[in-house]
Amino acid sequence: MEKLIAFYNSSIGKKVTMSLTGLFLCTFLVEHLVGNMILFAGREAFDSYSEFMVANPIIRAVEYLLFASLLFHPLVGLLLWINNKRARPQKYDVYMLKENTPLASRITMLTGSLVFLFLVVHLRTFFIPLRFAEVKPSPYGLVVEAFSSAPYCAFYLVALVFLAYHLRHGFQSAFQTLGLRTKSYIGLLDAVAFIFWFIIPLGFAAMPIYFYFFQPATTAAATALGVH
Amino acid sequence: MNVTLKVWRQKSKNEPGRFVSYAVRNVSPDASFLEMLDVLNVELVKKGEEPIAFDHDCREGICGSCGIVIDGRAHGPGRGAATCELRMRSFREGDTIVAEPWRAAPFPVIKDLIVDRTAMDRIMYAGGYVSAKTGGVPDGNAILIPKPVADEAMDAASCIGCGACVAACPNSSAMLFVGAKVSQLALLPQGKVEAKRRVERMVDQMDKEGFGNCSNNYACEAECPKEISVTHIARLNMEFLKTTVA
Repeated sequence: MEKLIAFYNSSIGKKVTMSLTGLFLCTFLVEHLVGNMILFAGREAFDSYSEFMVANPIIRAVEYLLFASLLFHPLVGLLLWINNKRARPQKYDVYMLKENTPLASRITMLTGSLVFLFLVVHLRTFFIPLRFAEVKPSPYGLVVEAFSSAPYCAFYLVALVFLAYHLRHGFQSAFQTLGLRTKSYIGLLDAVAFIFWFIIPLGFAAMPIYFYFFQPATTAAATALGVH
Repeated sequence: MNVTLKVWRQKSKNEPGRFVSYAVRNVSPDASFLEMLDVLNVELVKKGEEPIAFDHDCREGICGSCGIVIDGRAHGPGRGAATCELRMRSFREGDTIVAEPWRAAPFPVIKDLIVDRTAMDRIMYAGGYVSAKTGGVPDGNAILIPKPVADEAMDAASCIGCGACVAACPNSSAMLFVGAKVSQLALLPQGKVEAKRRVERMVDQMDKEGFGNCSNNYACEAECPKEISVTHIARLNMEFLKTTVA
């Protein structure tokens, strides 16, 4: 235990916490996207999938781990960020970091903060009504309702761009911190990273686009009310 | 060529510094940046002014003494070169060049462009060596080391400890420096004996000195005059993880 505390107190230990929580959140993204794809199969399929997820004790247990990661990842990130600011009290008059680094790596804190804000709204829109409302709404109906609003769709898509930028830096960074980004694996890691920062956000983007453009508003309102 | 130099002037560690602009006339485009400073300093001395203090020694890119942030880049524009190897032809006629010292909490300014880099020495004292008696020069091929491993260790060993990695990093992290030092020894049989103790102590000292945390944006690799790869940082992370897990 003492060894673990000393490890966490070190700079590398905190980075490893960021890495592991980040990678766990990445695995969640895969599950979430695959699950959400059932939306395209229609109302019944999605609602029964949603019911299965809520009733499954393993999923409920993993949910605690998910919320712990959602809490620790930004919290430790913030601690590291404060610490990093302290390491350079006097700023450069001219500092050309942009000549040496990709944009995604320079704005990780910003993209991360915006994704976190998005998650708060996202949980409020879907998770809280589904879990805590007295009369449980239809999950499919909630999605249709949310994505019938143009501002919500735009907000959702912008948040996905920030997520893409966050993962563009974060995914490879997680493996670098774990010491696994060695010369032999850089190519493979970049390929897998592409799936995470490009394909996954693109998959999530398909939903608001589909529901906004291909579901007539009247149908959307009717489905939201649970009218068949 | 003629340029304007906007340079950081600071009398001592405890006094506040400021930028002062100087016109530098008739400098050869083939002069190094340090030689340009020499030319300017001669003028300043002639006028009875205090010359600009800057670190230098070998002036051929192998000692790690010099180091100035020039136009926002550690060791100036270009890659794989120390400040002493930077030629004035890298700039244009009439340019205003901004020269600042390394900026990092563990590197306090001593005077003008000179910073105190003993924090890096203290990291080395903590474990950047082999204390085991390695005996005399071994017979050829007595200790077999695969060529790629020897090359990798040699690449890490090319670190001259100039501190450009810290200066370039947005977090003032010293991970590339420590990574190179840990890596060069961890790769070789002579260094493996103390690998665990070494990485623990060096990382501990690095944290105590107040360097920032690596955020893997690899500005260090881009500015390193010896172009040391960030894969050495990955190895440092792995070595450190092994001490906790194993």
